[in-house]
Amino acid sequence: MTVVEETTTLKKGFVGQSIPRKEDRRLVQGQGTYFDDVRRHGMGYVHFVRSPYAHAKIVSIDVAKALELEGVYGTITGDEVAIHTDPFFEMSVEPGGNISDYALAVGRVRHMGEPVAAVCAATRELARDAAELVEVEYDQLPVLVDAEEALKDETILHDDAGSNVVWSGVFDWGDVDAALAEADHVVKIDRLHFHRFSSTPLECAGALVEYDKGTGEWTLTCNHQMPGVGAIWMAPALRVGIDKLRFVTHDIGGGFGNKICLHPQYVVLCLLARKLGRPVQWTEWRTDQHTANAHGNERTFLDVEVAVLADGTMTGFKVRALDDCGAFPRYEPLGCIIWAQVTPGMYSWRNVRVDFTQVCTNKSPVSPNRGYSRMQHLWLTERIVDIVAAELDLDPVEVRKRNYVKAEQMPYETPNGCVYDSGDYAAALDIALDLIDSGSIEERRREAASRGKLLGFGIGSTLDSGTNNFGQSTLLNPDLQFSGNNEAASVKLDIFGEVVVTLGTVPQGQGHETTAAQVVADILGCSPDQVNVRRGHDTWFNSHAGFSGTYASQFAFTGLGAVKGAAELVRDEMIQLAAAVLQAPPGAIELAEGFARVKDGPEEAALPFMALGAIVNANNAFLPPDFNPTLNHRYVCRPYFGMVDTEKKTGQLTLTYATQIHCAVVEVDPETGEVDLVDYAAVDDCGVRINPQIVEGQVHGATAHAIGAALHEEFVYDEEGTLLTANFYDYHVPHALDMPPLKTGAMESPSPVAPLGAKGMGEGGGGGIHCICSAIQDALRGAGGAIVQTSCNPPHRVWAMLQDPKSAGATVTVASR
Amino acid sequence: MPGPVTSMAVSLEINGEQVELEVPTRRLLVHFIRDDLGLTGTHVGCDTGNCGACTVHLDGEPVKSCMLLAVQAEGAKITTVEGLAGDGDLTALQQAFNEHHALQCGYCTPGMLMSATALLESNPSPTEEEVRVALQGNICRCTGYVNIVDAVVAAGNTR
Repeated sequence: MTVVEETTTLKKGFVGQSIPRKEDRRLVQGQGTYFDDVRRHGMGYVHFVRSPYAHAKIVSIDVAKALELEGVYGTITGDEVAIHTDPFFEMSVEPGGNISDYALAVGRVRHMGEPVAAVCAATRELARDAAELVEVEYDQLPVLVDAEEALKDETILHDDAGSNVVWSGVFDWGDVDAALAEADHVVKIDRLHFHRFSSTPLECAGALVEYDKGTGEWTLTCNHQMPGVGAIWMAPALRVGIDKLRFVTHDIGGGFGNKICLHPQYVVLCLLARKLGRPVQWTEWRTDQHTANAHGNERTFLDVEVAVLADGTMTGFKVRALDDCGAFPRYEPLGCIIWAQVTPGMYSWRNVRVDFTQVCTNKSPVSPNRGYSRMQHLWLTERIVDIVAAELDLDPVEVRKRNYVKAEQMPYETPNGCVYDSGDYAAALDIALDLIDSGSIEERRREAASRGKLLGFGIGSTLDSGTNNFGQSTLLNPDLQFSGNNEAASVKLDIFGEVVVTLGTVPQGQGHETTAAQVVADILGCSPDQVNVRRGHDTWFNSHAGFSGTYASQFAFTGLGAVKGAAELVRDEMIQLAAAVLQAPPGAIELAEGFARVKDGPEEAALPFMALGAIVNANNAFLPPDFNPTLNHRYVCRPYFGMVDTEKKTGQLTLTYATQIHCAVVEVDPETGEVDLVDYAAVDDCGVRINPQIVEGQVHGATAHAIGAALHEEFVYDEEGTLLTANFYDYHVPHALDMPPLKTGAMESPSPVAPLGAKGMGEGGGGGIHCICSAIQDALRGAGGAIVQTSCNPPHRVWAMLQDPKSAGATVTVASR
Repeated sequence: MPGPVTSMAVSLEINGEQVELEVPTRRLLVHFIRDDLGLTGTHVGCDTGNCGACTVHLDGEPVKSCMLLAVQAEGAKITTVEGLAGDGDLTALQQAFNEHHALQCGYCTPGMLMSATALLESNPSPTEEEVRVALQGNICRCTGYVNIVDAVVAAGNTR
């Protein structure tokens, strides 16, 4: 394995403590600033005109009546967009690489809710009224809502591509054919389906965009969670340099990946701000967010074959994966390879073949969504394990422990060259089993049966891989010029001794102001209260790097790594400066309690931070010419990855692997199919926890998302491509009463590669989905034994599995020697 | 024949201050509070009345301000999150939210606080179940509600 950065052990300090968050004081008083809180003189409100159809030619668009309405400032249509911008760049090779994707529909709509025009008016209400007055004539086309149908290419969404396939490739590691030939049992599963949902942050997307005619610069006060990459999409499309786009974020009301693909809407806002000569503001409506912003990847797994030895050791599997990215790939097809960060899941099988294809359909485009692409694959591995256990009558705990990567194998190199940095999966499972009192399951099962309920117990073992190597994009397209990762931060000591930190990251609730302050306080010898971590992101401050943002569970590595690096540079200068002033050797100086002082020296041999800040910033004439401390440093954390082998499809695709083990106990009502979560435990191991309370909060949140996804949340389309779950009325996210009591446990296997020993965490890897599917299947064992085939199991699906176990579940066959 | 009335004067008390403004009759109360009065602590998270981020107190009762027109609040006394505590102070509930890590992105927090404050006014020491029932109209997408419920129960116990 490669050690990318020396791990330093900080002295016992604020790191590791659950100090209350610094952000909270403003937020509990309603004093946070979200983009929609910001006003500008003369600002216009934007409303998008959206397609009611899933697939249609645009015959004509007439904005005349909208423009006649008093208070309407102007409109924009797809034809104007096609004149004033270039299509967004596509990641894929052919055929997906040939897709033309503009900020508004040009000539054709490909999903319900796709924006075809936009209207800007003096009020929100007027903009909405005016949008109603835009007359669009459509000529409907055949609709594709099924990925397998799309594969046939009988109807083609993107004529430029000539196929609905965006990307396809075979990943083949080890020798799966030999593994299957030598296996004692081959378990075949005909199909499994990971459904379409998203984390639906409570704050919808939007931006306030101002155009400066004199400089040609746009300022976007917004909630984009990955501005660096957003700008890479937007600037070429707008035919300007990236320096013309300034992204500013303040507080953001949740993101979960769903605020990464906002470049189409933002480009429309940029064009309108320039065209109309006034600030323009757009706040997405909830129904629009569900209909046309960002869904999670939907994936069908076909023809799974698993090689199992007589003792329950699994040696490999092969699968055809069919991913549905909706109408436009956009951030895709990165999802076609990101799963490979966790190729074997938590298991030690060495032979894996994945034949992966991604297609477009007439549904909302997808974007990263908490657990992005890895969650789907990890769900597959957990389904495989439980199905193998059920078919071969193996104990689900024993089969997991037998096949888990062992603690003594860490760091463990996977068949595709990723390195699992640390962890003890079996020990984490034991903690979860204790929390859930697994020894009492059979007794509880009997007790539930006496009440007419089917009790089931399930395990979800999952990984939260953190810090992307963007070099994995070259597995899709060797011509892409992306690799590695980076993040920036600045730390300075100001005139009156203020410690000021600027982050390149774009937090949306993860508590970066608090955890960054904890790290800086320990390094500089002060209290987190004395550390002012600037809220949000501003690309003018030079605090960002190319991959800046908050995504891919990476703040603990790159974000805090940058903070640590910058703070250490400032610390070293503070020591040198104090040594010079106090006329002591630098080694005799310590930073503590807000002072630079001579260790064990007299009381007067101490300088408060204020003195240091004042000397450098305002009183520096006496400093010798060859000594020029600035007490103001930027540091870029650039983890070392090495290059990806595009032939073998191997490489270090990510850096840290947090572990999560979830266990659920469910009771199924055989009359209704309703699933009641009666007991639940989640164990997290993310290495060193900078702030355990914040870590636990992330575990709670990821669990709630998984529970919602496993039991209720699904973007359901009818055959005409109409989204039937277009807002919180029909798309049921968990409420307080839906959540079971959550038991949490933690262990710490420090990462040997991360600057603070802390692994990225927060996405969670979908452990709740895995364990609930597992528990439902266990509950159905005594009632027909249906195999859970899909990741979302609302009552009607469970009821169907009870009524007709064979046809409502997956078909599984076993060939044994 | 005169056309329909499209704007009306609205007079109400909000966070102890009297305001009177001419507003479009169609304007939602939440947009009146946010856009016309500049009290941006009250948030909008949906367009169907499900999420509760816009919860305020109207004559002492928690209401979703996206489900009312501004003109319906004529003569009412409204409290928003900005009016919960005095200058710079936090209520016991706000303090408990901080101590129990009951918020992450903070977007649902004002609505949660308003619903929970109303609960604590009528039931000063609620059980966990009573808290969950009282908050069922408020969606949080970050916390899984665990720490929110803990915070409200704790705030009740400190009374």
